[in-house]
Amino acid sequence: MNLALIIIFATIILSSILGIYAGRRVKMNLENWTVGGRRFGIILIWLLMAGEIYTTFTFLGASGWAYSKGAPTFYILIYGALAYTFSFFVLPALWKVGKRYNLHTQPDFFIKRYDSRYLGILVALIGVVCIVPYLQLQLKGLGLIVEVASNGAVNPRIAIGISFVLTCAFVYTSGIRGAAWVAIIKDIMMILAVFIVGIGVPYIYFGGFGKMFRTLIEKKPDFLVFPGSAPEMDVLWIMSTLLVMGLGFYMWPHVFGSAFSAKSAKVIKRNAIIMPFYQIPILLIFMVGFTALLVIPGLKDGDMAFMALVNKTYPSWFMGFVGAAGAVTAMVPSAILVLFASTQLAKNVFKAGFKPQMSEEKVMILSRFMVLVIMIFALIFAIFFPNELVPLLIFGYNGVSQFFPGVVLGLFWKRVTKAGVFCGLIAGVGVVLILILGNRDPFLGMNAGFVGLVVNLLTTVLVSLKTKPSTGGFR
Amino acid sequence: MRKGTKLALILGCIPFITLVFALPLVNRIEPMILGLPFLLFWIISWVILTPLILFVAYILEKKFNPPEEGDEK
Repeated sequence: MNLALIIIFATIILSSILGIYAGRRVKMNLENWTVGGRRFGIILIWLLMAGEIYTTFTFLGASGWAYSKGAPTFYILIYGALAYTFSFFVLPALWKVGKRYNLHTQPDFFIKRYDSRYLGILVALIGVVCIVPYLQLQLKGLGLIVEVASNGAVNPRIAIGISFVLTCAFVYTSGIRGAAWVAIIKDIMMILAVFIVGIGVPYIYFGGFGKMFRTLIEKKPDFLVFPGSAPEMDVLWIMSTLLVMGLGFYMWPHVFGSAFSAKSAKVIKRNAIIMPFYQIPILLIFMVGFTALLVIPGLKDGDMAFMALVNKTYPSWFMGFVGAAGAVTAMVPSAILVLFASTQLAKNVFKAGFKPQMSEEKVMILSRFMVLVIMIFALIFAIFFPNELVPLLIFGYNGVSQFFPGVVLGLFWKRVTKAGVFCGLIAGVGVVLILILGNRDPFLGMNAGFVGLVVNLLTTVLVSLKTKPSTGGFR
Repeated sequence: MRKGTKLALILGCIPFITLVFALPLVNRIEPMILGLPFLLFWIISWVILTPLILFVAYILEKKFNPPEEGDEK
């Protein structure tokens, strides 16, 4: 057993113990489990939201795109800043209705605002379909990171299996509070790893990032402007993608739901102000990808650039540290994803669709059970069919962003109606599916999700204006 | 719409203008600033300025919007 392995497994196990401990003195009912009793102050909210935006995809994908595509990777740095600006204006209003009507999930919002459980069921199902591939991606990333970090000593399936059991355990016992506490370890380790490697490698190989950039520009003059080396990702694609992701980030069911756990609207507003600072480490992740391109060109899989360069540059115990950081970086978002997917299935699909008289305690028991079901489902895909869900993954962001009109207009425009949102959602999701499945993404140079969102917004507004006004369950 | 909200919203448009709609205008490498290609320098500058812009928006909202019933102190 080498040092790297010990560091990885000790981190995974200690984080999970912390996660289980987090819920120890809290009486677990649905309110405490899903939204932390609406008592989170700025630190827990910050940890939670940072846990959601910084996933293994950020780790591997941002450096991977810097390595293989060049400038298009910059969108990852930008969209968070847009999403937080959006949240500054929209989330406080959302939090207030969440508090007033005791909402736990995104479908809860639709059910209350539009007074329609069928709309709620539709929203819940679309949400879960988007979440599962995202969850699988986290598990797959975790397996890859641990495999490379342990120098092949740990089979990725074993790493995925162990962290899956532990993540289930702390979600089961502590709910969202567990995820927020584990995020403490995750954030400290990840920021340390990113700063050490991101500042370290350009300095070690080139004496600084300025010289590294100059070398890169000499070799590949167009690599650092759009579209880099990905012709289909020109500036129009970047702009449309940024709008979809900036406006769509808070439409992810788990991100949306975690806004309810804040203790006041003011906490959310303050959090929105400080969050963009947390984007800065992404710049350092890019540096690693660019340096890797110059130092170890020709990797088969660009997403492994970060790990491969760390492996070449640093001693193996540090590899273990990075591997451990990567593993908890997968566990935190996985926990939040599975928490909200299972609550939605239990509360908004099963209860709303089949057993309207079900008590909240029973919903809670069913939600906990669904945690296992969804995790096993994602685990099977991660291990046996790692590539089957890739098209769904592309659908994910584009799919959830279609909730935007229903949420934002529902909050700020009294005239929007159930029929409008229903038609808009179907139209938007339909357009996205047709474009993706028909291989027409990008469409006229634009992101398919953006095209869907425009169609969706127009449909929602036009149909709403033609139907009888109603604010549903909102006063 | 209350005055503070309006002012805050105007400020809130700045990140969208600079980080989305201005991109075609800044899509170049020269001049390099602080060792960064111009496009990346532009992006990182506005990402860092965004929290400051939101902070000003927060102050303006507080200053011009009288507290509503149900707002926490």
